[in-house]
Amino acid sequence: MDILIAIFPQVLVDGIALGFMYALIALGYTMVYGVLTFINFAHSEIFVAGAFVGVEVLLTLQAWGLLQDLHPVLLLLLVLLAGMTMSGVLALAVERVAYRPLRAAPRLVPLISAIGVSFFLQDVIRFGESLWRNAFYLTYPSIPFFDQRIQLTAFVDVPLKSLVVIVAAILMLVGLNLLVHRTKIGTAIRAVAEDQATASLMGIDVDRMIALTFLIGGAMGGAAGVLFGIQYSLITPYTGFIPGIKAFTAAVLGGIGNIPGAMVGGVVLGLLEAFAASYLSLLTGGAFGAEYKDIFAFSILILILVFRPQGLLGEVVRERA
Amino acid sequence: MDGYRTWFLRPSTQAAVVTVALLLSSFLVYAFPRSLPAFLLFQASLLILYHARIARALKIGFAAGALGLLLPILGSINGYYLEVGIQVGIFVVLALGLNIVVGLAGLLDLGYVAFFAVGAYLWAIFGSRQANQFVPASLIQFPLAPEWFFVFLLLGVIVAGVTGILLGLPVLRLRGDYLAIVTLGFGEVVRVLVNNLDKPINFTNGPIGITPIQRPPLFFLPVLEGLGIRASPAVLYALYFYFLVLLIVIVVTLVSQRLHHSHIGRAWEAIREDEMAAAAMGVPLVRMKLLAFAAGASFAGTMGVLFSAKQLYINPESFTFMESIGVLAMVILGGMGSIPGVVLGATVVTVLNLQVLKELSIWLNTLRHTEAAIYIPLIGSFNISQLPPQFEPAKYERMVFGIILVLMMIFRPQGMIPPRRLRRTRGG
Repeated sequence: MDILIAIFPQVLVDGIALGFMYALIALGYTMVYGVLTFINFAHSEIFVAGAFVGVEVLLTLQAWGLLQDLHPVLLLLLVLLAGMTMSGVLALAVERVAYRPLRAAPRLVPLISAIGVSFFLQDVIRFGESLWRNAFYLTYPSIPFFDQRIQLTAFVDVPLKSLVVIVAAILMLVGLNLLVHRTKIGTAIRAVAEDQATASLMGIDVDRMIALTFLIGGAMGGAAGVLFGIQYSLITPYTGFIPGIKAFTAAVLGGIGNIPGAMVGGVVLGLLEAFAASYLSLLTGGAFGAEYKDIFAFSILILILVFRPQGLLGEVVRERA
Repeated sequence: MDGYRTWFLRPSTQAAVVTVALLLSSFLVYAFPRSLPAFLLFQASLLILYHARIARALKIGFAAGALGLLLPILGSINGYYLEVGIQVGIFVVLALGLNIVVGLAGLLDLGYVAFFAVGAYLWAIFGSRQANQFVPASLIQFPLAPEWFFVFLLLGVIVAGVTGILLGLPVLRLRGDYLAIVTLGFGEVVRVLVNNLDKPINFTNGPIGITPIQRPPLFFLPVLEGLGIRASPAVLYALYFYFLVLLIVIVVTLVSQRLHHSHIGRAWEAIREDEMAAAAMGVPLVRMKLLAFAAGASFAGTMGVLFSAKQLYINPESFTFMESIGVLAMVILGGMGSIPGVVLGATVVTVLNLQVLKELSIWLNTLRHTEAAIYIPLIGSFNISQLPPQFEPAKYERMVFGIILVLMMIFRPQGMIPPRRLRRTRGG
């Protein structure tokens, strides 16, 4: 029993960090779904693109010998900015090329196109990185400052980077919430999500607002990618698939199209998963290993979609005839 | 000019063209057994046969000759062609199954490969010693006798079909895109389960996989020996599997076609076009959707049984999300809801993956060794030996699938050979 209690704080912090990462990715899914009622399947690769830009920036800085000299906070801001820019622009480009021509098509058509984009981007990243670095499994260089452990109580210490991930994610989520609910642009985006035709009659440029939604969602995904890299180090072009599905689960859990819902869903899912991963094998005497955490997440997805498709915080969306 | 046209369209001319194309390409494959273009020409002549304007019976006769006689002969010269034929057949059946779900009923299933896995593991477990891990050997000694393979071929249909219904029951009320994600989740759950069910009781042997798996019985061996025909086991089994696959392809194509043109097929299409209208016209939505799921799944289940027997070895890596998307790409490329289209799509994608990309990689490699310099406008002279070794088209299957999906959705969502009913109504 002691070990169960001893690892509790560590698991809790891991779970919250993971949850906020899911929340950041989930925003991309939920915002796009809110505006277009469409699952942007390629969002997981937009997330991975951010992670790869992050590692490239860090490796370049390391090659220049600047990694130790730069102030850690400045370093973090720099990497986040790079990742967010890349992912945001990529999301814009994907929308323009692969989704916009299909806006009037039946619903499954853009979804299939998005799956295609997702596969295409995975191999593009792989190709680019193997040309550039001759490897496509990359690890984030360790930054000594972030590797410190913080003593919470006499027995419990947690890695600083988990806390950094949590703080950075919270700041961005708060910023996004302000943007969407307190600014004119945010109002316009919400208007488009509510009713495109009416929004356009009110003088809102619908195409631009949709593009902006992709930009913001993509940038959040890119930030999540960088934070993912800092937290877990190893990234591959195929890393995005599982976090992508889980973030989508988080979005559905919180009620898709609902921004605070995505945050709640992300944290709930992250916690569930962290506890499942650590406690499942301990409690069942090793019969069910940590591998089952994925099944756990998928089962939640299936159960939520079947029994409460509007999610925890969502409202019932009418079927469009 | 008009006289030429009527002459060209005359059945006898067309039959002659088909005969020449088939024989010429077969001769080329015979003369150059390692040449990919020759084999591609052979496949192209099959496409010519499909489009030829000749009597139906004659067409079937030609097809039987080409697939039942010419290809096996060519395959005994270059065994790889038989392997390609078998793989194409396997994917044709998978694509036809997915076509029922996606193309006819309009339900996007992203976890289709799970049903294939169910069939494959069904035979792998009982057709090898694996089953003795949980059934005491004193009770039954595994593997089962080869004769059981045929029983399991049927059992695969049933078990996969029931799995399809079990999955379908709770999820079929969902909207289209949610359904897609749930099926994706289901596919992943099956893969993770198979990967981890080696403990606490060892059902699937986990990531290590199961081997050796029993092959089907050579019941015709006495007949062959009586005729004085001898063949090495490798060739014998390749031909055996080829004809088995061909048989299943024919059966599945016929079943697909009959379903398509029955009231069930029409109900599926009605659901695809407008669910609410279909329900209002009295189409039983849930029952029809379940039927589509079960039918599609059963095709994959029976092919799974054959796949595991052919491979002798299976592990969870053969049943990933990518396989589901690969089959989806075949259906989309050929034309959703169109049986000839789907057959063509499966053939093109499989040949692309198995042969064209591989050949391209090999070709680029030999090119690299020639160290020739080529001149590219604007960039200048470029030495081919400097071409980075990462240019290996064979490794970029996903990119191929992705490009197919996006381009088809944007430029030709109805596919290469659109379904006939669509062609009639939309004048395409």
